[in-house]
Amino acid sequence: MAIFPPAQRIWWKEPIERSEILWITIALVWSLILFFMMPYWHLVGEQNLSNEAYRIKPDVFAERTEAMADKYTVREEGDTGTPVVHPPAGGDIYMLARLWEWWPVLELEKDQTYRLHLSSVDWVHGFSLLPENINIQVHPEYEMVITVTPNRAGEYSVVCNEFCGIGHHTMVGKIYVVDK
Amino acid sequence: MSNNADFRICPDTGFKIHLPADKLIKWNAVTAVVFLLVGGIFGLGVALTRWPAVHLLPADWFYLALTAHGFDVLLVWMIFFEMAILYFAGAVLLGSRLAAPKVAWVGYWMMLGGALITNIAVLRGDSSVMFTSYVPMQAAPDFYLGIIIFAVGALLGCFVFFGTLVIAKQEKTYEGSVPLVTFGAITAAIIAVFTIATGAIILIPTLLWSVGYVGHIDSVMYKVVWWAMGHSSQQINVAAHIAVWYALAAILFGAKPLSEKVSRMAFLLYILFLQLASAHHLLVEPGLSSEFKIFNTSYAIYLAVLASMIHGLTVPGSVEAAQRKKGFTNGLFEWLRKAPWGNPSFSGFALSLVMFGFLGGISGVMMGTEQLNIITHNTMYVPGHFHGTVVVGSTLAFMALAYWLVPVLWQRELVFPGLAKWQPYLFGIGMGLASVFMMGAGTLGVPRRHWDMSFADATMPYDFPGAAHLMMGLNGIAALIGGIGGTIFILNMVGTILWGKPKSKAAAEPEKPAAPAQPTVVSGYGSAGTMAVPGTFTLAMVFLVAFVLYYFVNWKYLAGVWGLS
Ligand code: HEM
Ligand SMILES: [Cu+2]
Ligand SMILES: [Cu+2]
Repeated sequence: MAIFPPAQRIWWKEPIERSEILWITIALVWSLILFFMMPYWHLVGEQNLSNEAYRIKPDVFAERTEAMADKYTVREEGDTGTPVVHPPAGGDIYMLARLWEWWPVLELEKDQTYRLHLSSVDWVHGFSLLPENINIQVHPEYEMVITVTPNRAGEYSVVCNEFCGIGHHTMVGKIYVVDK
Repeated sequence: MSNNADFRICPDTGFKIHLPADKLIKWNAVTAVVFLLVGGIFGLGVALTRWPAVHLLPADWFYLALTAHGFDVLLVWMIFFEMAILYFAGAVLLGSRLAAPKVAWVGYWMMLGGALITNIAVLRGDSSVMFTSYVPMQAAPDFYLGIIIFAVGALLGCFVFFGTLVIAKQEKTYEGSVPLVTFGAITAAIIAVFTIATGAIILIPTLLWSVGYVGHIDSVMYKVVWWAMGHSSQQINVAAHIAVWYALAAILFGAKPLSEKVSRMAFLLYILFLQLASAHHLLVEPGLSSEFKIFNTSYAIYLAVLASMIHGLTVPGSVEAAQRKKGFTNGLFEWLRKAPWGNPSFSGFALSLVMFGFLGGISGVMMGTEQLNIITHNTMYVPGHFHGTVVVGSTLAFMALAYWLVPVLWQRELVFPGLAKWQPYLFGIGMGLASVFMMGAGTLGVPRRHWDMSFADATMPYDFPGAAHLMMGLNGIAALIGGIGGTIFILNMVGTILWGKPKSKAAAEPEKPAAPAQPTVVSGYGSAGTMAVPGTFTLAMVFLVAFVLYYFVNWKYLAGVWGLS
């Protein structure tokens, strides 16, 4: 019994029961499949996060984001005061996280590819693109660059899903995807 | 040398129990249960706030309650109970005296003091940072200080356990190798030492930062080291509750491990392949390479998952073999049908085993996959997953053990045996459903740690589909059912200890795990004594099929979202 010392002192020489060996073999094969799915998806899958990231000072990131907004703002989002920015397809786009907003609102074109730069100027935030359910962690002083290709036109929200203080649940931004 | 006057012989089990160990086990277990109560109340507050139609607490109280809930249940309840398990698996199972009971008491008081300090800091309202306390968000210094003191106390407990093993070996209180359950406890304790060391590496600088001695802590580095502790601490829970499963199989059925070698190897895999496995909490983080993420999240090729799958077969397999030996040999499942489903120790154990695998295990591997994490990270899917592991897995297993241990140690009868019969079903199925509904909400993108999914105060609110609100409502209802189950457990434990009728001899009989009279002549391992376990094997294949299907369905979901590279 498992609460007493093994009855046979030389327990490591006992033969193993057949169904145990079979199960261990199956489980080992499955574990290997689980492992190899990840590199496999890097080769053939279309959803992989890039490893591209830089250290950046928060004010430098804020400047770059503002520079993009100054150049490509097309309108304002309702009466929120937040600009809607429509950058050229294929280019670099920025979204900045701060207590408690995602700035600015972006307008992208369907099936075009962009280099999305994400960073925070204060605490850690969570970029959660809904209803896609794409979730990326956003840190201060790290700039993450992800190549994104929106595949459906529509209105998307960016919700913050990393707790960031008492206004956390008000931190929602927007991305529009339009047909060209 | 130990003096026989310091021991008592347990009338139920025949175990020789060192009195100081007896007392320590009791105090640690009782303290654990009190914190389960406190943490459980906070949990209910959280669940009822996240039920959109109820929305119980205001925002600041919600974040406070969530911080307290995570800390009190995940750390305080679990680790106090694990201390009781360590002393039980060390001193009681080996029939040895406990090493340095004084040190164990210092450990106990440090844990209690630390837990109180951190709770006070949280209740004051200036430390609602969640138990993960990601920098640069800052809590009051005593929040970190309390956790550190608590952890050092737990470390002392581990050393007392190791010391006890040495004493038992020297004083030859047992023959041959330590029992499998003790082996499992050793696994848990080794991982615990590692965990606490990592915790010190991250929390001491954070404490210094909170009082101004350290200028800056890198937020990614913090998470890497914090989760090296946070993840391994979950492995303590797993190793401990698997040891409890083996113990319950032995106590309830006289079950022997199918093979000592396989079960011990599987425990060893935990020690070898879990260390520093923090990356599955960092799969969508900047600044870490895919190679590191893949290697580390799979704990080097998923050998720890392999280990869990092995225990998943060998634990029920040992029960099946024992039952078949008793004559329940009809068909695939007579052994299971004829199991004591009305005994809370058994039903709790059985539900814990099944739901840990199906709810906690499968979801954990899914969302711990580098790319699949993109569609689950920080959504309600995450608490859904770990209420499947640490609540219906570990907590329910500990409850099942307590139904046996508390009456035996205190020599009293359960006060509400009728309620106890239903308790594992209420708690297990309630929390199991809560886990499922949370995962469902997460699949729809509902964020975790979030006060208001209707975004009433946001300038650009997002409109969740009705199904998401429904999931969170159902989660609230399931949490209430689970909460009732939790309350019955606590009432039963506290009531038994305070007012339970002293046990009469006869009533105690069924608890007896019949010690082998002469260990050496009892054969019955390996091919000679082990029976084929077709029922368990069938169940294991059902599990595998569910696992494979669910895993690939999620790849299919992933393939439909925006291209990312
Ligand atoms: C009555 C029983 C319980 C209920 C109703 C409950 C409910 C919940 C809910 C609704 C959440 C919040 C999810 C969110 O908003 O992010 C949560 C979080 C959590 N629960 Fe529980 N739970 C219970 C018991 C437990 C137990 C026994 C444990 C551990 C042993 C546990 C561990 C946790 C942890 C670690 C968190 C995460 C806290 C955080 O995000 O910082 N829960 N629980
Ligand atoms: Cu945020
Ligand atoms: Cu937030």
